[in-house]
Amino acid sequence: MNKFWIVLGHSYWTRFKSKSFIITTAIFLLFVIGMANIQSIVELFDQEDETDVVAVIDNTDTVFDSLEESVKQLDNNVTLEAYDGSLSEVEELVRSGEYVGVLEIAYNQENLPVGSYHTDQLANTSISTMLENQLQQIKVAMATNQAGVEQSVIQSIYAPVSFDTVAIEKEDGTTAKTEEELNSARGLVYIMLFLLYITVIVYGNMIAVDIANEKSSRVMEILISSSPPVSQMFAKIIGIALLGLTQIGLTFIVGFSLMQQKQDNEILTALGFADTPISTFVYAIIFFLLGYLLYATLMAMLGSLVSRMEDVQQMMTPIMFLIIIAFMISIFGLNNPDNSFIAITSYIPFFTPMVMFLRVGMLDIPFWQPILSILIMVVTITILAIIGARVYRGGVLMYGRASSIKDFKKALQLSKKE
Amino acid sequence: MSLKLEDVTKKYGTFTAVDHLSLEIPEKQIFGFLGANGAGKTTTFRMILGLIDPTDGQVTWNGETIDYSKSNQIGYLPEERGLYLKLKVSEQIIYLARLRGMKKNDIIPALKKWLERFKVPEYLDKKVEELSKGNQQKIQFISAVIHNPKLLILDEPFTGLDPVNVEMLKEAVVDLANSGTSIVFSSHQMAHVEELCEHLCIMQHGKPVVHGALKEIKRSFGKKNLFVHADFDLDFLKDIPGVVAIKKYTEGCKLQIESEAISQKVLQALHDKGFIRRFELEEPSLNDIFIEKAGESYE
Repeated sequence: MNKFWIVLGHSYWTRFKSKSFIITTAIFLLFVIGMANIQSIVELFDQEDETDVVAVIDNTDTVFDSLEESVKQLDNNVTLEAYDGSLSEVEELVRSGEYVGVLEIAYNQENLPVGSYHTDQLANTSISTMLENQLQQIKVAMATNQAGVEQSVIQSIYAPVSFDTVAIEKEDGTTAKTEEELNSARGLVYIMLFLLYITVIVYGNMIAVDIANEKSSRVMEILISSSPPVSQMFAKIIGIALLGLTQIGLTFIVGFSLMQQKQDNEILTALGFADTPISTFVYAIIFFLLGYLLYATLMAMLGSLVSRMEDVQQMMTPIMFLIIIAFMISIFGLNNPDNSFIAITSYIPFFTPMVMFLRVGMLDIPFWQPILSILIMVVTITILAIIGARVYRGGVLMYGRASSIKDFKKALQLSKKE
Repeated sequence: MSLKLEDVTKKYGTFTAVDHLSLEIPEKQIFGFLGANGAGKTTTFRMILGLIDPTDGQVTWNGETIDYSKSNQIGYLPEERGLYLKLKVSEQIIYLARLRGMKKNDIIPALKKWLERFKVPEYLDKKVEELSKGNQQKIQFISAVIHNPKLLILDEPFTGLDPVNVEMLKEAVVDLANSGTSIVFSSHQMAHVEELCEHLCIMQHGKPVVHGALKEIKRSFGKKNLFVHADFDLDFLKDIPGVVAIKKYTEGCKLQIESEAISQKVLQALHDKGFIRRFELEEPSLNDIFIEKAGESYE
């Protein structure tokens, strides 16, 4: 047991002190600081923006005033300016940059306004769309006016319908999740998905590379002659998990304290931490840890099969596919949590941490379902650990080119007791 | 108090790496383990260390099977050198020595003592990848012996070292044996084995072909070497009954003869043939025994 801690400490500290760890942590922290200050950064760039001026050639003499009025209310970065002169003259001014564009307004046969917007920035549709919408409203007003319809009638026509979704109580007294709860769950599920995805890829990779490295440098033979391979494998998995938690924890603490400092909980509420039940957090932690353990055990097993660093990537591709599939299923499930496909996949251990968590967060499923899936995961991890430990024991003594299945068998044979 | 292998067999699928090997390795001695490449030496070592389990038979040390509870008393220098290239020598040895049950505070003084002995005290804080192969080998050796093991297994300890360093390591090995460590070591260098070992075993295709005390082996081998240097052609000597082999070179030839008595027949045959510069009867070298017993493929 003592040696377990030595290996654990070693895999933690040597990584912790390494340059790559310090640099990636620094990048993470910079990213979080940047995200926390995203509003000020955006504003910083916004202030430099000058207001765009659109020239208006009004051949109707009546539309300009009401158009200017409504644009002013809407967007203070765009102002309209009446222009007297020919279209070609203004186009010259647009080219020289004085105006962003020119709007020509005229009447058609039905005495309703038509507009035509000339600009040299066709890609930027925000101004033209805005102008079109405003002109549309003026046209509607004018057309209804001509038809003799009262203004109040129009308002009532266009007023949005009042529509509420009310959750009906179930037989057991609970209600379906409200829209706010769903949104908050969705935010948490998103975070969980990305965290697990990144953790498995980054730290799982680290485990596989670490083991392959010890094998290719042949330290492994000394290591396994001094302590049992199984305890080494788990010491390594847990050591690197702690390293990951350190990195993630550090990022969270910095991010959280920055947000607290700013007294600005918009992001927190947007992500839905405000009114999420405690049980969801508990599930998040359970599924995260189990998910990591499951994939890390797989990675360690495969890492022990390769003898050269170049082969690590090749061996890990199937696992990458697994986690990507899990990710895609859960992205699909975010919008269709009730789908029976989602329900079935949530019991497949490789998908459980993401998909079952999604269901727990977004649906009201009976208590036994997540518990069953957790049990399935624990059993799978145990089986994988037993197989993994045997493969590890045999695999670390095996050198040569890796060709997965064959090596897998060979490694098992090497570690055979009989 | 000894290491015992009883009828040990290891099969990989249909391939038999070690075939019914029985050995008794006495305590506090240096035991030589010889064999051509692929003869099963490393597999045997791994079974002694408990890294792989024998298909049949058992390995015992002081009457008990070797498992991880004994790993603190065992030192191992694997054939393929392996160290963490990115770690400093001190970090490396501290980690490996702690895995052999040493206390952190005892490691650095012991390491410094060994580095002094190998005349490389300045390497304490250097990264392993900055050291030359030979110096890495010294570090590897230190990692195998720093915890004063009772049983030390050295798989080809002297390869890649210059003669000065070989002497230095040999001395260290002898000192360890004198201080009570049982050492099993393998080598391709017959000279090293002849010099260091009292008992030895030659393996071929997983079987021990020669096994016992060095003197005993030489005596029972029977065949002797006879060197003849003369001014005339010596080709006719190979026709004398009892001469097993002849190897000619510029000054004369080396004969392998079945027994001492044959030398006298050779002497008679040489009589009156011309001027003889050298006529010398010699004990067989371990090299001769090895080539004879472990196959022609080895040179």
